[in-house]
Amino acid sequence: MQRHLISAADLTRDDAVLILDTAEEMARVADRPIKKLPTLRGRTIVNLFFEDSTRTRISFEAAEKRLSADVINFTAKGSSVSKGESLKDTAQTLEAMGVDAVVIRHGASGAPYRLANSGWIDAAVVNAGDGTHQHPTQALLDAFTMRRRLIGPDAGLGQDLEGKRITLVGDVLHSRVARSNVDLLHTLGAEVTLVAPPTLLPVGIETWPCEVSYDLDSTLSKSDAVMMLRVQRERMNAAFFPTEREYSRRYGLDGDRMARMPEHAIVMHPGPMVRGMEITAEVADSDRCTVVEQVANGVSIRMAVLYLLLGGNEPAVTHPRTEEK
Amino acid sequence: MSKILIRGAKVLGGEPQDVLIDGGTIAQVGSGLAAEGAEVVEAGGKVLLPGLVDLHTHLREPGREDSETVLTGTRAAASGGFTTVFAMANTFPVADTAGVVEQVWRLGKEHGYCDVQPIGAVTVGLEGRKLAELGAMHESAAGVTVFSDDGKCVHDAVIMRRALEYVKAFGGVVAQHAQEPRLTEGAEMNEGIVSAELGLGGWPAVAEESIIARDVLLADHVGSRVHICHLSTAGSVEIVRWAKSRGIAVTAEVTPHHLLLTDELVRTYNPVYKVNPPLRTERDVMALREALADGTIDIVATDHAPHPHEDKDCEWAAAAMGMVGLETALSVVQETMVDTGLLDWAGVADRMSVKPAQIGQATGHGRPVSAGEPANLTLVDTAYRGLVEPAGFASRSRNTPYEGRELPGRVTHTWLRGKATLVDGKLT
Ligand SMILES: [Zn+2]
Repeated sequence: MQRHLISAADLTRDDAVLILDTAEEMARVADRPIKKLPTLRGRTIVNLFFEDSTRTRISFEAAEKRLSADVINFTAKGSSVSKGESLKDTAQTLEAMGVDAVVIRHGASGAPYRLANSGWIDAAVVNAGDGTHQHPTQALLDAFTMRRRLIGPDAGLGQDLEGKRITLVGDVLHSRVARSNVDLLHTLGAEVTLVAPPTLLPVGIETWPCEVSYDLDSTLSKSDAVMMLRVQRERMNAAFFPTEREYSRRYGLDGDRMARMPEHAIVMHPGPMVRGMEITAEVADSDRCTVVEQVANGVSIRMAVLYLLLGGNEPAVTHPRTEEK
Repeated sequence: MSKILIRGAKVLGGEPQDVLIDGGTIAQVGSGLAAEGAEVVEAGGKVLLPGLVDLHTHLREPGREDSETVLTGTRAAASGGFTTVFAMANTFPVADTAGVVEQVWRLGKEHGYCDVQPIGAVTVGLEGRKLAELGAMHESAAGVTVFSDDGKCVHDAVIMRRALEYVKAFGGVVAQHAQEPRLTEGAEMNEGIVSAELGLGGWPAVAEESIIARDVLLADHVGSRVHICHLSTAGSVEIVRWAKSRGIAVTAEVTPHHLLLTDELVRTYNPVYKVNPPLRTERDVMALREALADGTIDIVATDHAPHPHEDKDCEWAAAAMGMVGLETALSVVQETMVDTGLLDWAGVADRMSVKPAQIGQATGHGRPVSAGEPANLTLVDTAYRGLVEPAGFASRSRNTPYEGRELPGRVTHTWLRGKATLVDGKLT
């Protein structure tokens, strides 16, 4: 493993499988009466959130606390980042405080990369979502959810997603989740298809390791998982599509469409779901929809990532770090 | 003023000759010249060029003196071999009145490191709505001949048409920063494979090309001449080539960095590569070099854009756009055009001195290196190779993309009307 986790593209197949396997071990901790490991005792982790995301922050915080790390939450929302000094200044403050890892969420693409590579700070950097660039732990938790559902928690150990067919639907252009997932799923051997109107696909997408389609219906019957991406309502005003109604008809997932998916196939969503336009309540509430599991799995994945970046290379649960012995 | 004898200089890269300067004028060019009491500069095979002329410099004064001043900017210019710079109008206040352009012009005159020709804004406050007093700026002591809202595009077709027509009255030229604003909302880098991967807002080539296409048609329609700033795409080259073939009076410039660097460098998220127009692809770079060689692109202009350290030492989105260029321009042109065989030194003199002086009507600059001409000269050690060390820059800012990069060539001497501004690489 590298020292930072900035992009899903940085992970090799073996890195990714190791994280998924470690996350399975971490998931078992959640079943214990005391959901805590001593693994990162004495380590300080800062959740540095320049952009609001309560869900992601709480997920990281839960992971950090289950590993017994000392947690500092730093929310920079509202502070002036327009001058550009604040990321560097904040980093140097954290450095002076002797922080071991920084989990950063930032509205600007590349901010975590800068933080990790500019010599501002020595701590490990975990990207918790940057602009429209990457959200690697989201992709890992999605892959983890797929492996559990499509292969099984125990049968899946050591396995990748070779041959699984995954369809991502919606606003690929603005989606860090889509970028991260395409990178990681490709690394794990899955076949990925992106479905969106042409206006919501980036220039140069033909170079991405995936298929692209404008037509949702033709992809449904051959998908093992269909992941709906969030479409923000303001995209409509910027003429990315004519009306919400038309979008919903062409790219929304409703009961009829779900019925055309193979029986074992799952429906995923990174949340929060906007019911109606992109996904109907019927689909969101069906037992094929993994949204709630994705949230739970997010904690296990983040525990695994932080453990591997900060703790060591040995299996987390059975062999605690040497200094813990 | 005393006499200076430059001995054994390759004039425009030709056979070594001697050049005698007497006062502000070139007195003689020939072999075995001797001059009683003249200060002798042994050129030792260095290349002698007419003093370089930059049609596109940001001096930042008034208003952003923390980035650059007329003094520091003209010292940087002299270090880079320039004897004239045209100072862009996007200062604070904007150079949109006779008062501001005269202030800049006067500061240039007082400091004496190179001539400063202020560029006047096309519209009041660079807002694109109302024409600035173009005639008053022309009639001022600064004698403005070039007008530009650079940094912003004159995107309203009617305002652009009126500006083109209006400056005909006194032979001015409008220099357009071609950037369709709606197509570049949120733009942070070239739109393409790299921007899609990095999740950075795309600045599509068509946003530049569509404005250039419109403006050459407008210039043709009203019978005026237009100058296009910093071409950056292969498509822009095609449009200018087509316009010239139709006899439309268009001239165009390319920056040194667009001749060398590509958007692949943005993968580092290092804001030193953040510039407007953005770095494009390898294909664009090759098309720009070819176009500069065949004359489709008339000149090299630096778009020298100084910014203080803190405006670049941050995340990409927050960083200022632009890079300094005066002190490295000739080296980059040597690397990309001369050492590649695309252009000889006479060609460099044409693209970096003769033509920019003509476009900007900088009389006395861009003249042949021959007897009777003003002694505006630059001596270049073309055999030199070395690492770019921004710590030694004369510019107040250090935002260069070439730090630690090896580049060929070094300007050792610059003379402005016979007075040395740079001697052995050191400012006087
Ligand atoms: Zn410009």
